[in-house]
Amino acid sequence: MLSLIVFLPIIAGLVILAVPSSQKQIIRIVSLLAALAQGVLAVLIWRAYDPSLPGITAGPGGSPLGSFQFVEKLPWISLKLGGLGSLNIEYFLGVDGISVTMVILTALISAIGVLSSWTIQKQVKGYFILYNLLASAMMGCFVALDFFLFYVFWELMLLPMYFLIGIWGGPNREYAAIKFFLYTLFGSVFMLLVMIGLYFSVIDPVTGNHTFSLVAMANQANYIKTAILGPDNVMWRYVAFSVLFVGFAIKVPMFPFHTWLPDAHVEAPTPISVILAGVLLKLGTYGMMRINFPLFPEVFHASMYVIGIFGAINIIYGAFCALAQQDLKKMVAYSSISHMGYVLLGLAAGNSEGMLGALYQMFNHGTITAMLFLLVGVIYDRAHTRQIDKFGGLASYMPVYAAVVTVAWFASLGLPGLSGFISEAFVFVGAFSSETTRYIAMVSVLGIVFGAAYLLWSLQRMFLGKRKPDAAYDLVVGDDGHEHIHFHDWKGKIDLDGRELVMLVPLVIITIFLGIYPMPIIGMLTSSINKLVEVLSPLAMR
Amino acid sequence: MFELPSGAEIQSIIASLNASVGFFIPEIYLSVLFMLLIVIDLVAKGKKNNLLSITSLLGLGGSLFFIYQQHFLPAQELFFGMYVLDEFALFFKYFFVLSGMIAVIITMADEQFDTEVKSMGEYYALIIAMVIGMIMMASSADMMMIFLSMELVSFTAYILTGYFKRNPRSSEAALKYLVYGAVSSGLMVYGFSLIYGLTAQTNIINISSELSQHGYDPLLMILASLLILAGFGYKIGAVPFHFWAPDVYEGAPTPITAYLSVASKAAGFALLMRFFYIAIPHGGPVYEDIIGLNWVTLLIILSVASMIYGNVVALWQKNVKRLLAYSSIAHAGYLLLSIIVLDAFGTQATLFYLLSYFLMNFGAFYIVILIANKTGSENLEDYRGLGKQMPLAAAALTVFLISLVGLPPTLGFIGKLMIFSALLAKGSIYIWLALIGIMTSVISLYYYMLIPLNMYLRESPESEEKNMNPGMLSQVLIAVLMFLTIYFGLFFQPLSDFAKYSSAMFGLKLY
Repeated sequence: MLSLIVFLPIIAGLVILAVPSSQKQIIRIVSLLAALAQGVLAVLIWRAYDPSLPGITAGPGGSPLGSFQFVEKLPWISLKLGGLGSLNIEYFLGVDGISVTMVILTALISAIGVLSSWTIQKQVKGYFILYNLLASAMMGCFVALDFFLFYVFWELMLLPMYFLIGIWGGPNREYAAIKFFLYTLFGSVFMLLVMIGLYFSVIDPVTGNHTFSLVAMANQANYIKTAILGPDNVMWRYVAFSVLFVGFAIKVPMFPFHTWLPDAHVEAPTPISVILAGVLLKLGTYGMMRINFPLFPEVFHASMYVIGIFGAINIIYGAFCALAQQDLKKMVAYSSISHMGYVLLGLAAGNSEGMLGALYQMFNHGTITAMLFLLVGVIYDRAHTRQIDKFGGLASYMPVYAAVVTVAWFASLGLPGLSGFISEAFVFVGAFSSETTRYIAMVSVLGIVFGAAYLLWSLQRMFLGKRKPDAAYDLVVGDDGHEHIHFHDWKGKIDLDGRELVMLVPLVIITIFLGIYPMPIIGMLTSSINKLVEVLSPLAMR
Repeated sequence: MFELPSGAEIQSIIASLNASVGFFIPEIYLSVLFMLLIVIDLVAKGKKNNLLSITSLLGLGGSLFFIYQQHFLPAQELFFGMYVLDEFALFFKYFFVLSGMIAVIITMADEQFDTEVKSMGEYYALIIAMVIGMIMMASSADMMMIFLSMELVSFTAYILTGYFKRNPRSSEAALKYLVYGAVSSGLMVYGFSLIYGLTAQTNIINISSELSQHGYDPLLMILASLLILAGFGYKIGAVPFHFWAPDVYEGAPTPITAYLSVASKAAGFALLMRFFYIAIPHGGPVYEDIIGLNWVTLLIILSVASMIYGNVVALWQKNVKRLLAYSSIAHAGYLLLSIIVLDAFGTQATLFYLLSYFLMNFGAFYIVILIANKTGSENLEDYRGLGKQMPLAAAALTVFLISLVGLPPTLGFIGKLMIFSALLAKGSIYIWLALIGIMTSVISLYYYMLIPLNMYLRESPESEEKNMNPGMLSQVLIAVLMFLTIYFGLFFQPLSDFAKYSSAMFGLKLY
């Protein structure tokens, strides 16, 4: 099941390879079918998932695989190494509460991304092959339970992303693409060293061999005391934790490693921005929850304060930057940085409320930001500009668009009744109840105020009032005597058209529904979060 | 001064030689092939056909059979300890024969040969001669033999580099190669003479036992090591013995560039590993050198310098062949990393990396040739828009470059993984080396990606449609190489097992 959901897009990519490049519609439909099939599988997984099983690690007693679900475990490579026993790499997939949430999010955002890619006209075949490769790699990352496999998927994302930004991006795309590539590679190569170090430090309790299994690594009892990353080697454990953290923080992106993100977003085409903000950023925090923290719990405990401070910087700094932007897409990009700060803050709290809020915020941020970027794309398609002050009074001419924008913007600023509120509330409850992060949380609350400021201000400038003299559109009086809006060289519907509604309406529904009744998601992840907190708590450490 | 050997002694010498010949069949076979090619060239003079290339290809292919048979022979020394047959040597025999075959194939694909040279007579024979020389380098167990085989390789390489006689760049490259080669082999022989002065032995096993029994002056030893490293370092193209590499790689015919960058480098590594692992004692406290320096330290310096210099200087290159030349200097640095750890795993990692380097570097150069056939240029700027015009070649080149960076799911990633694993398996002492390796490979991403950047992200200045199809055979070959690079990147077990099998020298596992 998990293999299928991971490799469906790659299969679609291979099919597309055989389709002649003139058959654009067939290519799009094949991709859409793969994405929809992924969605169906995700729903099946969601229905069949048993929320009472925690996952995270294999505790004392019980199955050595831990209580992961949909597990697929096959020997992949088993090498004899000179003098070192054997190198065992497994094809090991499985989900727990943390990953199943992300699997659903990925399937959802992938499908929306395909729809959003409908307007891509340049080299459609190449585009969808790369897109499908990216979709597979993302999904693979979330379900891989073998560190080696995780790393392969993690690196596999880079190249398609590079080309997707680099070929289909805006005017400054070369710079943005290579910056993205270098930043993330810089983070991940250190992960490679840590991965090797961990391999030599961990023994699989069942086979007695070294292992890459994340399940075994998450149990401190499996470490060799004197090995390079064993419990006795305190210094190297701190170093390893830090470089892993930086590797994941680059992806989040956390201040001061965030500068690639605005560039990438501004240059990337809309669907790629959606994928980037909707799924890729979550991989950073997912990696922290799956790998970074449970493998080095004592270091996590010692550095909660630092993580919290960085989270607060992200929140405030991102909000300030967003406030200063003229370009709508850049503003949304910085708002992403700000909102990922909440996730970091929630993680730093280290208690169930905070962690739960963080994970739920990851899901909500995925859906809400996808919506924001789609909406930015809608107006950019029509007006060919994203400058906030080139608009004004749009609400009266594009009422449906304005309505959706309002929902998305309010969800983003955390209005009660919409999903963003619940997750941010959980994060703050967690952060306040933890001794370590209490004061950090007090400062971070300001972020909500600034968040409201930039969002409401942009809403006001673009949608309320009247058309500005230098606006990116004209007003014409139609046959019915009313004023209509007219964009230069835009032939389509002025307000949202059918395809755009198909993308946006599900997201709006999810946002509202999960804001009123969050249990479908929260119910799935509670037991995993509790287990994670238990693994991370000082009592569990030796 | 010397007494003539008696009749009985001569009899026993002949008997011993006769016994050794049975273990020398691939080399004899290749020598016959070499002469056969010259004869064919004489007979078929003036006829423009593929007779020579096909003969060399089939002939080299045939030698694989004889090499395969040697697996069933016991590992042993031959010809009074001059020569050795062991798994390690066998690995390189396959490696060089296959390199020779690929060199022949990509020469056939290179259209520059049609315009630049009139006759291909000696060319293929020289490639075979170089294969023989490199096989002997990998199998030498005696300083005399090492020197002779190295010179055989060098001389053929000089001629092949300058094979485009009317092209001044090619001639310049050959001359530079010759001058640097002469200096470094002179230094190496000086180092050998010092060792001979210390031990009165030329066989490397005897040297090792003499040195460990009687001890040695560490200062003299470090000097000798340094001098010998000058010779080996020149072959592998490591900093600071690399100065010839960029010019030679740029000026030589591209198939020869590929051949030198893979095979000749591998031969240097074979020699380096065999000589230093066996001949010069290290590791044990008894032989701890007083001034705290030994050849391992020298290798560390060479390795770090190569990784940093090669990767950093490559950033500014505008010519793809030159860029790959600097990249090959950097790869010499990575390969040295796994020799430094001095254990069986390290040897295995080195051999594995050589295999991955074989695939990805030959693949990259092959496509450079195909592109040069169509555009007549090796400049980065002329790669613009190739992603559309030659989709398969561009995609394959991207795969090879990604493999050279060391990103999954390619073979190059596994190669780097093995090397860094070998370093980290030693605990924390070599972490800093692994860090340098990792950082420089991030740098390398930038210049490798310049090629896909030009191919895909930039549009070709010419708008008219040219016929850029490189031909069916080439397409298939590229596809196969690309497939193998990815396939072995996911399922690398056979290669790795083979590398492990081959890490035995003189019939025993080291360390």
